[in-house]
Amino acid sequence: MDILNALVAFANFVFVPGLAYGAQIALGALGATLIYGILRFSNFAHGDTMALGTTFAILVTWGFQALGITFGFLPTALLALPFAIIMTAAFVLGTDRVVYRFYRRQKAAPTILVIVSLGVMFIMNGLNRFIIGVGEINFADGARFVITAGDFRAMTGLTEGLAIKATQAITVVTAVIVVGLLFWFLQKTRTGKSMRAFSDNEDLALLSGINPDRVVQVTWIIAAGLATIAGVLYGLDKSFKAFTYFQLLLPIFAAAVVGGLGNPLGAIAGGFIVAFSEVMVTYAWKKVLTYLVPESMAPDGLVQLMSTDYKFAVSFTILIIVLLFLPTGIFKGKSA
Amino acid sequence: MIVVEDLHKHFGGFHAVDGASLEIGAGSITGLIGPNGAGKTTLFNVIAGRLKPTSGRVLMAGEDITGLAPHDLFHKGLLRTFQIAHEFGSMTVRENLMMVPSAQSGETLWNAWFRRGAVAAEERAIRDKADEVLEFLTISHLADERAANISGGQKKLLELGRTMMVDAKIVFLDEVGAGVNRTLLNTIGDAIRRLNTERGYTFCVIEHDMDFIGSLCNPVICMAEGRVLAQGTVDEVKNDERVIEAYLGTGLKNKVVAHG
Repeated sequence: MDILNALVAFANFVFVPGLAYGAQIALGALGATLIYGILRFSNFAHGDTMALGTTFAILVTWGFQALGITFGFLPTALLALPFAIIMTAAFVLGTDRVVYRFYRRQKAAPTILVIVSLGVMFIMNGLNRFIIGVGEINFADGARFVITAGDFRAMTGLTEGLAIKATQAITVVTAVIVVGLLFWFLQKTRTGKSMRAFSDNEDLALLSGINPDRVVQVTWIIAAGLATIAGVLYGLDKSFKAFTYFQLLLPIFAAAVVGGLGNPLGAIAGGFIVAFSEVMVTYAWKKVLTYLVPESMAPDGLVQLMSTDYKFAVSFTILIIVLLFLPTGIFKGKSA
Repeated sequence: MIVVEDLHKHFGGFHAVDGASLEIGAGSITGLIGPNGAGKTTLFNVIAGRLKPTSGRVLMAGEDITGLAPHDLFHKGLLRTFQIAHEFGSMTVRENLMMVPSAQSGETLWNAWFRRGAVAAEERAIRDKADEVLEFLTISHLADERAANISGGQKKLLELGRTMMVDAKIVFLDEVGAGVNRTLLNTIGDAIRRLNTERGYTFCVIEHDMDFIGSLCNPVICMAEGRVLAQGTVDEVKNDERVIEAYLGTGLKNKVVAHG
């Protein structure tokens, strides 16, 4: 029995990675859920919006690096983030102007808009690969670790080490700041309240003098911002590959649905539920268990419920369970 | 105040509004009656910008407002309520009212960040006004209740309260009394009359309760099959043969007239 070492192993392999991944999923789900709440369709292009935003961030980062500008111990990409957000927002607003606005004017059904977003997704996906290619790009610079496993061991004298990557810490801190700002915006500012009003009852919002075009624009800008931030954080933490973002669509929508589509608080809770489920189901518990049970009972196998290859199956399973038993999600969203 | 000229609204082959022409005089409380399916609500939807007319014009104080968006009409002082009460369900009753006055300085991020004091003062003023309106409508005790949770009748009052948050010129009330008990209906009637005399609102009211219409409205316009059938005082319209025919069909006409 060695509870301390078990806890550290758990923190190192499950809690910290789950927290960072959860924050990334939550930010992605927030954008998707806002679009669902206000524009009333599931935006399948959200994953590729994240990818495109990250591409912009990488390009600006390279530009800064070429000019010799860095951000000290923080990744240069954080410095590039505001520029990337502006570029992504401009692109997304352009898409809305050229594509979605047409269907909005036709009062197209949500199903049609979903398929439209699928088309936009393929175009963005292709464009993105055209710009930056399909290879793996590592653009994280600055400090690598807040604390390394070796330092932790030396500090505590435990056998297990706890490593916290700089990108993980940055992810969580950034996510907290962004979510705080977003909720302040939605609760306190007039524009934020207009967005909530529009999400509650579009007809009434129009009759209360709320300009729908403005609400739609602000929604796209915020969604683009959230997507870019989520994408860059994910890219810093893992690495950037155009295809992985397309696959992120699944956990993102699973998170949004679990929390209740259209509900921002639900998206955050859903993000962490999905991330922790994924990490915990695919983690080999052998190490943690070995510390917890008497030596004679130590497991021989890996005690891994599922291979990491199946991690997306976890999102699918959560999605199905939630839709079967709690169709409107934990926080009672709009989907039924 | 409002002039409707030969308005048509067709849904495919169905002519919901079929050449309606009418005038709503400034300062009046005009009643709009007619059997179900007469096109009253569609007419409201077209005037209030929710639907675009197939043809025809709507003038407000001489200005052509045909096909303007609802939020533009709001800024011109044209407001409406819904037959089935609408509300922002996730907000409190007070917040629902506070949503209405537009063009506040909280609107821009710059002000929200850097002119907190001014924004807060303005917010307080709007809040006081909302409380005043709630008191007027006798629903002060519901101020902090989520709007989704209040009763149907109370939602109707909230709808009316919304029109009191700004200086409206004309308010279209769609069955403001439907599903509302007598006492509450009288409260609503009083509120309408006071808004009319004290604040100079013009009203156009769709209503099926003839007592309510009779005590409140002059003139009364009767619509049927998408057209205006008759116009005049309540008694004139009530006794108009075409109106009786539209409501009851020709077969019953003689009977009703005989019984007075």
